[in-house]
Amino acid sequence: MARPTTARPGPAREPAVVRVALIGTALAFLVLFVCLPVVAVFAHALEKGLGAYLASFAEPDAWAAIRLTLLAAAIAVPINLLFGLAAAWAIAKFDFRGKSVLVTLIDLPFSVSPVVSGLIYVLLFGAQGWAGAWLAAHDIHVVFAVPGLVLATMFVTVPFVAREVIPLMQAQGAEEEEAALVLGARGWQTFWRITLRNAKWGVLYGVILCNARAMGEFGAVSVVSGHIRGKTNTLPLHVEILYNEYNFVAAFAAASLLAVLALATLLAKALVEWKSPELRHATRERAPFAEGRPVRS
Amino acid sequence: MSVRRHTVLPGFGFAMGFTLLYLSLIVLIPLSAAVLKSATASWSQFWATVTSPRVVASYRVTFGASLAGALINMVFGMLVAWVLVRYSFPGRRLVDALVDLPFALPTAVAGLALTAVYAREGWIGRHLEPLGIQAAFSPLGIVIALTFIGLPFVVRTVQPVLQNIEAELEEAAASLGASRWQTWRRVIFPTVLPAILTGFALAFGRALGEYGSVIFIAGNMPMRTEITPLLIVTKLEQYDYAGATGIAVVMLVASFVLLLSINGLQWWSRRYQDA
Repeated sequence: MARPTTARPGPAREPAVVRVALIGTALAFLVLFVCLPVVAVFAHALEKGLGAYLASFAEPDAWAAIRLTLLAAAIAVPINLLFGLAAAWAIAKFDFRGKSVLVTLIDLPFSVSPVVSGLIYVLLFGAQGWAGAWLAAHDIHVVFAVPGLVLATMFVTVPFVAREVIPLMQAQGAEEEEAALVLGARGWQTFWRITLRNAKWGVLYGVILCNARAMGEFGAVSVVSGHIRGKTNTLPLHVEILYNEYNFVAAFAAASLLAVLALATLLAKALVEWKSPELRHATRERAPFAEGRPVRS
Repeated sequence: MSVRRHTVLPGFGFAMGFTLLYLSLIVLIPLSAAVLKSATASWSQFWATVTSPRVVASYRVTFGASLAGALINMVFGMLVAWVLVRYSFPGRRLVDALVDLPFALPTAVAGLALTAVYAREGWIGRHLEPLGIQAAFSPLGIVIALTFIGLPFVVRTVQPVLQNIEAELEEAAASLGASRWQTWRRVIFPTVLPAILTGFALAFGRALGEYGSVIFIAGNMPMRTEITPLLIVTKLEQYDYAGATGIAVVMLVASFVLLLSINGLQWWSRRYQDA
C-alpha cells in the first residue's frame, strides 16, 4: 500500500489485542503457506553441501533445459510485447463496437487450464491433428519439438503485457498524442516520444510478469514437450524429471534457480511500483478488466 | 469494426489488424479447432468418456479441492488484505510483496516445495503426522497446493476496495452507537463482499485448471487424488485423443461459465468502487 492508514481516529479502530491477534494470524498463514516452502527449496538444494549443488548444474541436460527456457522466453516475450502494445493502442486510444468482447478474448488464456492450452496445439499439429499429415509430409516437427514449446508458451503469456498497458493508456487518454499530431509530429514519432514514454513503466511491468510466466510455465509445455531429455525439456520440466528419478538435490537445485527468478520478479515488480505510484493503483486489481474502461486510481 | 472517428490519431487499422491476426492465430483458431475436434466424435462416445467413473471421481476431487482452497483463501485473503491496509507493523511492505509470490513462482517449484514441507518427514508434515493427519499425497495436499496458488486473488481484489472505504462512514457508524464489530459486519463487510466473491471466483477458476503444483503433492491415485487436468494428460499419453478432447471440452465449458460469473461480479463490485 502506498500509505498506511493507521491515522484513523479512536472509534474506528480495533482494540490493541484484536489488532495483534489479526496481524499474528495473517503472518502465521503466510509463513506456513508461502515462506516456509520457498525456504525449503533452498534448504533441500543445499542439503548435501554447496559442491553437490553446483555439481548438479554441470549436467549437460541441465544446461540444455536452461537454454531452452531462455529461448522460449526470448521469443514469446517480445512477440507478446508487440501484441500488447498494438492491442493497447487500438483499445485505449480508439472507440469501436465490440471493445469489451475483444478485451475478454485477450484475457481468455487466463481462463483456460494450462493442460488444455497445450492440448489444443497437439490437436492442431500432432500426428492425429488437423495439420498433422501435412506437417509429417514436409518433415516439420511442431509437437514434441521446440516450435510447440514456443507456441504453448506464447499462448499462456498472451494477456500479460496487454492487461497492464491497456488500463494505463486508457487512464492517460489521447490528448497529448492529439496535440503532438496537430503540431506536426508523425504517427510513429508520436508513439515513440509520447505514448511509449508515458506508458514505459506499465510496459516494463507487463514484460516482467510475462517473462516470469514464460520461464516458469509447466502444464502447457509439459503436454507439447514429449519430455525428450536434453532436447525438449524446459527447466520446470527438468525439475519434474529429476524429482521422479529421486534425484532430489538436483531437482531442488534446478527449482532454486526458478525460485530465484520468482524472487527477482517480485523485486523488479516492487521497484517499478515504487518508481510509478500511479501504476500501483492501475494494476492493483488483478481481476479481468472486462468492461474495457479505465481502472480508477 | 466501425470506428467512431473523433480522433486524429493514426494507426487504428494497423494496430487492430495485428491484434486480431495474432489473437486468431495463437488463441482463437487453436481453441476452436479443439472444440471442433470433439464434435467429430459421436455424442454417445463423448458422453461415455466424460461420465466414466474415473473421470467423474476426478471432477469430484478437482471441484471439491478447488472449492475448499478458494474458501480458505476467502477467509485468510480477507484477513491478509485487512491487516495490510489497516495496520502498520514492521515488514508490512515485504509482506505485501510476498503475497504475489504464488503468481511469480513457477507452479512446478510450488508443487515441489509444498511437497517437501508437508510430506511425512517435512518441516510441517512431521508435526501433523502424530496428529493422524496426512497432508501430502492425500486430498488435503491438493487443497494445500490450491490454497497456495489462489492466495493472491482475494487479497488483490479486496485491497483496493478496503483502501477506498471512507473513514467518515465508520466514524458515523461509531458515533451512532455501533460497536466496532457491528460496524464491521454492517458497514465494512457488505462493501467488500462483492470484491471477496470476485476474488473467490478467480481463485476457484484458477484452481480448477491447475496442474503443475498439484501433481507433485497429490500422489495421483485414481479415484482418490487424481485431478481432471491430469486425466487429460494420461489420456494423451495413451494416444486417446478423443477422450482427452472430451474432458478438455468439459473443462472449457466450466471455465467459460465461471468467466461469465466473474464478469457479472466485477460489474457488481464496480458499483461500490465508483461510489
